[in-house]
Amino acid sequence: MAFTSAVITFPGSNCDRDMAVALEKVSGTAPHRVWHGDSELPEGLDFIAVPGGFSYGDYLRCGAIASRSPIMQAVIAAADKGVPVLGVCNGFQVLTESGLLPGALLRNAGLNFVCREVGLEVVNAQSLFTNAYEAGQVVRIPVAHHDGNYFADEETLNRLEGEGRVAFRYAEEVNGSARSIAGVLNDAGNVLGMMPHPERAIETTHGGTDGRGLFESAIRGLVGA
Amino acid sequence: MKVRVHVSLKPGVLDPQGRAIHHSLEGLGFSGVNDVRAGRLFELDVAESVTDEAIDDMCRKLLANMVIENYRIEKVAA
Repeated sequence: MAFTSAVITFPGSNCDRDMAVALEKVSGTAPHRVWHGDSELPEGLDFIAVPGGFSYGDYLRCGAIASRSPIMQAVIAAADKGVPVLGVCNGFQVLTESGLLPGALLRNAGLNFVCREVGLEVVNAQSLFTNAYEAGQVVRIPVAHHDGNYFADEETLNRLEGEGRVAFRYAEEVNGSARSIAGVLNDAGNVLGMMPHPERAIETTHGGTDGRGLFESAIRGLVGA
Repeated sequence: MKVRVHVSLKPGVLDPQGRAIHHSLEGLGFSGVNDVRAGRLFELDVAESVTDEAIDDMCRKLLANMVIENYRIEKVAA
């Protein structure tokens, strides 16, 4: 069964092509490319990716304008129906701004743009996006962001941890994130937002393939390959 | 009608930019500054027909992120 996916592109997205390549390499099927001004998604999607970049130049707040764009209304509706949605980096910011995920991404505590490979602990290895990993496994994935400092109130953080909704934690200090959170799941488990870029670690020429597991998890879970 | 919307980080939300500005002020020799919080100011020019509820809605839906920010609406006399 073919894996039907879509990658959303906003003005200023710059990881949309990498995301599309990763999805095609791992699944064997090229994703649909969807423009921010579209108001409808293709039919029968198995997976939606909101990629990294600097949508709308990060005006107002990172991801704020993109989260109010026409296509995001369709993405929110699809997520509510259970379609898996992955947001990476700016995509994570778009998902928190749209209300699909709790919390917000603040300016990095050290104020610097952080661009390097980091250790990432897989906290929940049972989710749709992480089941190819082992719980507690530390993987190496690149980060590249200025605003990745995860914030949520204490009550929300306790709930996320209690409900197994922290997918990934930084295994080292990166950006000041609350409880070192690098990736969170929504309540239903079909939406994941994460600052690190798994799509930049899927081939040996990238310097590592630790990101493949994420796409393999989702594809295996969805089409039973 | 001119409306100013002041958006500020909620108490307790870390403000690295405010901290850097604070540090810079100290570097310039200004003493006695206990804390700096950076915020944002929007100046809106809206039709008289725009209701207070609508302006409030604009703040909640776009101008402020209610997870991390508070807002204050100020109407400015023409």
